[in-house]
Amino acid sequence: MMKSPKFWSWIAFGGGLFYFFVPLIGMFEFSLRAKRGEYSFLAYQNVLGDPQFQQTFFFSFVMAMFTIVWGVLLVTPTAFWVRLKLPQLRPVIEFITLLPLVIPPIVIVFGYIRMYNTSSFLPLTGSAMGTNILLMFGYSVLALPYLYRAVDTGLRTIDIVTLTEAAQSLGAGWITIMFRLILPNVLVAVLSGAFLTFAIVIGEYVFAALLNRPAFGPYMVWMGSNKAYEPAALAVIAFAITWACMGLIQLFTRLSKHERAKA
Amino acid sequence: MTDAAAIRPQDRATTPRPRRLPQGLLKWVGVAPFLIFAALFLILPTLNIVVGAFQTPDGGFTLANIAGLFRPEIARPFWISIQLSFVTATLGCLIGIILAAAVTRGGLPKGLRDGMLTFSGVASNFAGVPLAFAFIATLGRLGLVTVIAKEVFGVSLMGLGFNLISFLGLTLTYLYFQIPLMILIITPALDGLKREWREAAESLGATGSQYWRMVALPILWPSLLGTLALLFANSFGAVATAMALTGSSLSIVPIILFAQIRGDVLQDPYLGYAIAFGMIVITGIANVIYIVLRTRAERWLK
Repeated sequence: MMKSPKFWSWIAFGGGLFYFFVPLIGMFEFSLRAKRGEYSFLAYQNVLGDPQFQQTFFFSFVMAMFTIVWGVLLVTPTAFWVRLKLPQLRPVIEFITLLPLVIPPIVIVFGYIRMYNTSSFLPLTGSAMGTNILLMFGYSVLALPYLYRAVDTGLRTIDIVTLTEAAQSLGAGWITIMFRLILPNVLVAVLSGAFLTFAIVIGEYVFAALLNRPAFGPYMVWMGSNKAYEPAALAVIAFAITWACMGLIQLFTRLSKHERAKA
Repeated sequence: MTDAAAIRPQDRATTPRPRRLPQGLLKWVGVAPFLIFAALFLILPTLNIVVGAFQTPDGGFTLANIAGLFRPEIARPFWISIQLSFVTATLGCLIGIILAAAVTRGGLPKGLRDGMLTFSGVASNFAGVPLAFAFIATLGRLGLVTVIAKEVFGVSLMGLGFNLISFLGLTLTYLYFQIPLMILIITPALDGLKREWREAAESLGATGSQYWRMVALPILWPSLLGTLALLFANSFGAVATAMALTGSSLSIVPIILFAQIRGDVLQDPYLGYAIAFGMIVITGIANVIYIVLRTRAERWLK
């Protein structure tokens, strides 16, 4: 007897549920095992109380904030300008923004180390501050595909030509147009790109490890090879952060649809 | 004087337009910061590596570095990486489309579909170090599944030859971000399958499997192959998950390159550039396939 497609759909869905939830349960259960013989939040206490955790997490958090600000300031005027004045350049810009998905990050950072070493024309890796800036640039390159797409989609929904002409006829300069007209209008789109950037930067490992910066990613790897239960607690925390970022993206997208529907 | 005025964009609205050339140049000023940034921190660093792959230590041209890629100790990791990426991409596509078809076409409640898409968004970003920890906590020596298998079912996974630090273990782990990525990409394509096509097929007497085999799959084929290429590149460049899972005991290309950048383990920096170049070539080919096939697939989705 052939079963109905619905039956097989449930089977497939159940299998997917099993595969995707068992590691989450395993990770959570493992993180509770720090005390012998009973479940406890000891691993979390150890992690959250670890000054190293606080420092590296703070470092990555600040890094994410700077990356977002820099990325938005770089991408928004560009996307705006290309739509307004240089539509013929669009394919080129889009191609560039997709490159970070093509070139493995490890190769990009390898290039940085070779290009910005202490004996180069721009010795960024010579100082801690310089390396931090280089790391931030690297992160904004990683975020480029998502950030550009998000902002460009946001720009598509508003009539920038008319808005810009109206602002200009009222005497607004480009700075005013950018900060008081364009940015507020694409804010929701920018925010969804920003949360994704945050999720990428906070746990990033390769760039931070190879540029030798005290970020959260290398700290997690260090914990992984030195502790038993704390890594699982870190994984739970990281999962919660990712989930929060994605949740906020959905929330903002839904809110913006609402507002547009009202308008 | 007119040139100086043209460089300051704020003045554009008030100063009368001088001649055509500055006006044309002015247009480019708007995208200059982005292009300079992209050149300095994306394109030139990559080119730098590519050039290095063809250089001798004193700057002459050579193919010896590239030839070094075919030495067994380098060629083997490349081959393992290619196999790993191919297997996880294929399984990711297959399982991803089954799950996506189940929630979009299988008559399951609509809430499940939204839930699965949201979860896929999270899981496809839950890669790297934490993902490795989750799998160690589940299938590692003391992991939940390992313990349950032993204490409840009396089966020792280790005894069966299972080891998380292996090809199989990495495959299981990588699928955790490959399948969700497939679901995210293929769901819109499945939504693009028009109801009329199914009805037309059924009115001609086609069964469900005939519809999938002779109508839906041929239409989806370019998207499927394209996504396969994307997933391939996605897993080929993954470093953090493999590092955190295996330390550096499994020889796959990204791990070899990581060790090489850290401490020149190959004792030949130029071979390092060649390895990086090899990685770009492979992910590059995969992405070109993806882009070409996606443009073809989009014809049907309008």
